[in-house]
Amino acid sequence: MQPSAQQTQIRTTVKKLCLIVVVMCGFVVAMVPLYDLFCEITGLNGKTGGRYTYDPATTTADKSRMIKVNFITNTNDGMVWDFWSEKGGMRVHPGELRAVNFYVKNTTDKVMVGQAIPSVVPTAAAEHFHKTECFCFGQQILQPGEVMEMPMRFIVGRELPNNVQSINLSYALFDVTESFQDAAIATGGG
Amino acid sequence: MSEAISAVDHDDHSHGPAKGITRWLFTTNHKDIGTLYLWFSFSMLLIGGVLALIVRAELFQPGLQFVSPDFFNQMTTNHGLIMVFGAIMPAFVGLANWLIPMQVGAPDMALPRMNNLSFWILPFAFGMLIATLFSEAGGLNFGWTFYAPLSTTYAPDSVTFFIFAVHLMGASSIMGSINIIATILNMRAPGMTLMKMPMFVWTWLITAYLLLAVMPVLAGLVTMMLFDIHFGTSFFNAAGGGDPLLFQHIFWFFGHPEVYIMILPAFGIVSHIIPAFARKRLFGYDSMVYAVASIAFLSFIVWAHHMFTVGMPLAGQLFFMYTTMLIAVPTGVKVFNWVSTMWRGSMTFETPMLFSIAFVVLFTIGGFSGLMLAITPADYQYHDTYFVVAHFHYVLVPGSLFSIMAAVYYWFPKWTGKMYSERLGKLHFWFSFVGVNVTFFPQHFSGLAGMPRRIPDYALQFADFNMVSSIGAFIFGFSQILFLFVLIHGIRNGKPAAARAWEGARGLEWTLPSPAPYHSFTHPPKVTDDEAHA
Repeated sequence: MQPSAQQTQIRTTVKKLCLIVVVMCGFVVAMVPLYDLFCEITGLNGKTGGRYTYDPATTTADKSRMIKVNFITNTNDGMVWDFWSEKGGMRVHPGELRAVNFYVKNTTDKVMVGQAIPSVVPTAAAEHFHKTECFCFGQQILQPGEVMEMPMRFIVGRELPNNVQSINLSYALFDVTESFQDAAIATGGG
Repeated sequence: MSEAISAVDHDDHSHGPAKGITRWLFTTNHKDIGTLYLWFSFSMLLIGGVLALIVRAELFQPGLQFVSPDFFNQMTTNHGLIMVFGAIMPAFVGLANWLIPMQVGAPDMALPRMNNLSFWILPFAFGMLIATLFSEAGGLNFGWTFYAPLSTTYAPDSVTFFIFAVHLMGASSIMGSINIIATILNMRAPGMTLMKMPMFVWTWLITAYLLLAVMPVLAGLVTMMLFDIHFGTSFFNAAGGGDPLLFQHIFWFFGHPEVYIMILPAFGIVSHIIPAFARKRLFGYDSMVYAVASIAFLSFIVWAHHMFTVGMPLAGQLFFMYTTMLIAVPTGVKVFNWVSTMWRGSMTFETPMLFSIAFVVLFTIGGFSGLMLAITPADYQYHDTYFVVAHFHYVLVPGSLFSIMAAVYYWFPKWTGKMYSERLGKLHFWFSFVGVNVTFFPQHFSGLAGMPRRIPDYALQFADFNMVSSIGAFIFGFSQILFLFVLIHGIRNGKPAAARAWEGARGLEWTLPSPAPYHSFTHPPKVTDDEAHA
């Protein structure tokens, strides 16, 4: 039996509506990278970028400006390591390369893995805070009682907005031992 | 009445409903499925209500009396989830099933078998959800908004059941919406153009599009949770490079349209009832349609007003504040039109009208407290306090729930062929009206004074307001037992109802006899101007 005209119409409508559902499913999947991209462009969630490469010959310090950079160290809920920086803060010129040491100590009797996540306030400064070297680019595996010195080198970009006089760089240290082991088992490593 | 008789199709060889339980299990009849939805949502209302009363009993006095804090959290979480997804939403879908085919002059829904499926997965979804309360892992305790990492890193193991329950509810809603849109767009009787459709049909058409747009977002969100919990991804886990704030953005991108999904059909219902009992046509039909459409559009660009305190740039706060306030314009148009419809009407105050007038007044209070919350700097004070609780209960209980009750009373004679007892109905109304205000109005004050939501114990200065609130909650809760009694009493002992049970009722459904025959409009009816856009 041929479907009636109405049935054909209904089928067409249903197909269009299913398309909406599929498009919206695609949209929610796309939301994750779009959100990351949006935050990267605007610096909205205070995330800093990856390893910064620059040419020392063309990058000069802007001696006319002085920026106060504060270092804040936190350990996340359940993370028992000690985590501190050698200085609470330093004054820097935009465009100059500076270094500061951070330290972690595994206070437990087990091998543990930590991961530090940076965040910059004000968020307008996030995209201008460049790190050429950072412990947050990787994870730290510490033996029981081990202390690790972790250098961080950074340049505050010369394009930093003029109204920003001080920058707070905060690190939250997470215990990722469990997921590290899961990943190690998954890749066949030890 | 000749119009009533002509609507029954004598050439129809199909028979009445099947006998016994299989009638309900295998039914593809829109009226049966509507009934199933409505009874299902009523049972969810009672279960969700019991959970709310446990919450209110604990909050009757400061200190911990009856339950542990964790159990308290389980009660608030499940109360929210059950009421939103189990009581309000299925009730509106049930009303849509019953009414839309009759109101557009169609014999049934466009996809009757899918209709059966979209209802029958719901009991399983909610069975799974409620079963978590009895699981060894512990019930869901992360709030109905299930923010990560509460619902991922720190969730009880039963969260996986919750995720699958949400998937099932989403599938049910999507199928229901496809069905409703397909019915409205393709099966209207000749002569019923889009701008002649009854308001309930219009509001549901727009609601169904909202559902189609945001239910996949909710499904995607819980799927990401599932992956974070079981498959080692880090969508919402900062340690792995994710962002817990992403959860809130996705949730409220779903959540804000969702709150309009729960109110737009209510707008449609009162737009039927107020004209009927004011004995006038609805004032400003066209502007009503445009207002609903604009509210639906705006619902997609205001979501972050739920998250003003997360640390947003000024530009974002201003954008979401202004767009949120903009919603007051179309909503104001609607309230203005309802009031204008009543203006100089020949009003009578039967139970459905009482519920509808209470809807207009109390929903407006809820709308105004929403405007207060939209003011970003003020929201820093109100955020996550009982003021928010008072706000959304004012729009959901005397808003959505009252409109559903109004609809049940209004169309009860059409569904059952009997008239409920007006005296009992009014009694139910006044108990509910007093109960709801005694419950939720003091929460404005405790919220403004700083009482946080979702706490089992509170500082002593909030004690009086909470005691009043708890007394009101028990009045309101037990008056719903009266509602059940009114319905059963009406079905059993009600007087036979006329085809046009209310003097001022308009619309194609009132041209059918009461009760509406099992199969109606097998031949499309003629749409007269008189019955158009009721």
